[in-house]
Amino acid sequence: MVKNTLEHNSNKNDFLTLYRDMLLIRRFEEKSAEMYALAKIAGFLHLYIGQEAVAVGCMHAIRPDDYVIASYRDHGHCLAKGSDPKKVMAELFGKATGLCKGKGGSMHLIDVERHFMGGYAIVGGHLPLAVGLAFASRYRKEDRVVLCFFGDGAVPSGHTHEAFNLAALWKLPVIFVCENNRYGMGTPVEREMLLYKDIAERARAHGIEAEQVDGMDVLAVKELTSRVVNKMRKEPQPFFIEASTYRFMGHSMSDPAHGHYRTKEEVGEARKQDPLIFLKTRILQEGLATEADFKQMDKDVIKTVTESVKFADESPFPGPDALHEDVSVE
Amino acid sequence: MLISYREALNQAMREEMQRDPRVFLIGEEVGYYQGAFKVSKGFVEEFGVERVLDTPITEAGFTGLAIGAAMAGLRPIVELMTFNFGILALDQIVNNAAKIRYMSGGQLSAPMVIRGPGSAAHQLAAQHSQSLEAWFCHVPGLKVIAPATPSDAKGLLKSAIRDENPVIFIEGQLLYGTKGEVADHDYTLPIGKAAVTRTGSDVTIVSYSKMALLALEAAEALSKEGINAEVIDLRTLKPLDTDTLLESVKKTGRVVIVEEGWEFCGLGAQIAETIYSTGFDLLDGPIVRVAGEEVPMPYARPLEDLAIPDLARVISAVKDIL
Repeated sequence: MVKNTLEHNSNKNDFLTLYRDMLLIRRFEEKSAEMYALAKIAGFLHLYIGQEAVAVGCMHAIRPDDYVIASYRDHGHCLAKGSDPKKVMAELFGKATGLCKGKGGSMHLIDVERHFMGGYAIVGGHLPLAVGLAFASRYRKEDRVVLCFFGDGAVPSGHTHEAFNLAALWKLPVIFVCENNRYGMGTPVEREMLLYKDIAERARAHGIEAEQVDGMDVLAVKELTSRVVNKMRKEPQPFFIEASTYRFMGHSMSDPAHGHYRTKEEVGEARKQDPLIFLKTRILQEGLATEADFKQMDKDVIKTVTESVKFADESPFPGPDALHEDVSVE
Repeated sequence: MLISYREALNQAMREEMQRDPRVFLIGEEVGYYQGAFKVSKGFVEEFGVERVLDTPITEAGFTGLAIGAAMAGLRPIVELMTFNFGILALDQIVNNAAKIRYMSGGQLSAPMVIRGPGSAAHQLAAQHSQSLEAWFCHVPGLKVIAPATPSDAKGLLKSAIRDENPVIFIEGQLLYGTKGEVADHDYTLPIGKAAVTRTGSDVTIVSYSKMALLALEAAEALSKEGINAEVIDLRTLKPLDTDTLLESVKKTGRVVIVEEGWEFCGLGAQIAETIYSTGFDLLDGPIVRVAGEEVPMPYARPLEDLAIPDLARVISAVKDIL
């Protein structure tokens, strides 16, 4: 089969990179769960399995100097923004070599060098921060944009609406990415808001343009985000993306995959929409890679993840002197 | 020059905004209205609406926005119309501004000032008359300042704006019109340094903000009865200037703490504990506190007067321990 070589190569690289980035998150999260079971990781651990296409698709549409900010389910965004898996895993282990020297943990991954401005654990509380990052970009007359990720559970919050209002009023370059995984912890979205079918309406009510996208289709996510970002750099104003997705695991490690609030059948049905399988099928159909290529990729990714665990495990815990360090700038 | 507390704050912000383009002012009515208490008079004209931002009445939203901007390298001054409304922004201040340095392992910080009036004015009733400084002092990562005079207000606000950390700057709502000598030249005052505003040898009266002026008044009255009181105006509430406190207690051996806020878990409890734990041997008797009554602020003037420490209560407290 002959194809336009250039386009073919570009697509091939692109598709495979998207797949590998999602695979890294998937394998990293599986390993995290394993490490939690072994008590190497403690505290709250919220896995991103099932939602990989949202972070990866969005991140492929922005520049390295664009700001990204997320909620507490932040491993995927951090990895997709390019953070070193070793430093991420070390942070989950609470080690001195972690991104935040072991002070932040799973819910507060921060990598300023990569402009990943953090995971925040008060639902809705980081949306005003995102608007502030966008404000700083405009204040300095830069064309940087901000990607702000949050779940459906954050949508009814007051912080969220105050952030929407300010971003719209002042035309700030921030993309609000609502990852609608259908549950705010264990409460289904229809018990969170009366008008749950079109969450994007909330943003439109504030004068923010909004679109829905299939959050299991990384290509669709990337395409929409690219379109939005390109426009936003020239004409700053906020945008709202509602990405329909699903979390395959529990809310955190403290509840099983389905729990009492959803059925095994529902989770099983959702798993058929697995974003990795979706892209892999497409790649195979297009003949961009073979099963052997996928096997090799998986091997490589697993090696990366295994090395991250080894690094984290062998790293030292922060010493007692670290306790009082970085409370304030001296 | 003799200027008002309000003018001193205005000068401090103006000079810092002229000096540093990263500094901007954001809050309700700070622009065209020139501030609810007219502290930002002339700012829109001088700095434009890009740096003097009127906000909707959404304290959590605009305080959070300012924190995000600070994290990105700007130097926001957030004006809260009063600190009572700061309660709405408390999550942003406590969970984001105060913690970001630590949570990020030193990668980020939120260099900013959150300022506005605190304490009771005249008959503003329960929701507009609170002294909430102890709440902020409780949180690691925040500095808290509460100046009593125009000179301190200017020098400390300039330091606060230049500080690399989030600073809570509580102004006395009844102090805006008070006047005092302020140096003509560009100056700053160190954060964390108390002022001995009257020297004495019989008793130390420790206070801050408007109550520090009351303490001085009480000391003058007591001097007529042969009681020689030393008065300390803390100026900065956190970090607390323990050295100046102990230096004074060494001389007097007796302490009265005057604060407008509620007594239980109030700032005076911490000041007393600090003196007890680090200077117990210097004391000749128990520390006495004069604080706000444990009630929401009543509207009726006679009741409001009863709820707030006054001259008679401070004098009587001093006499009780001598």
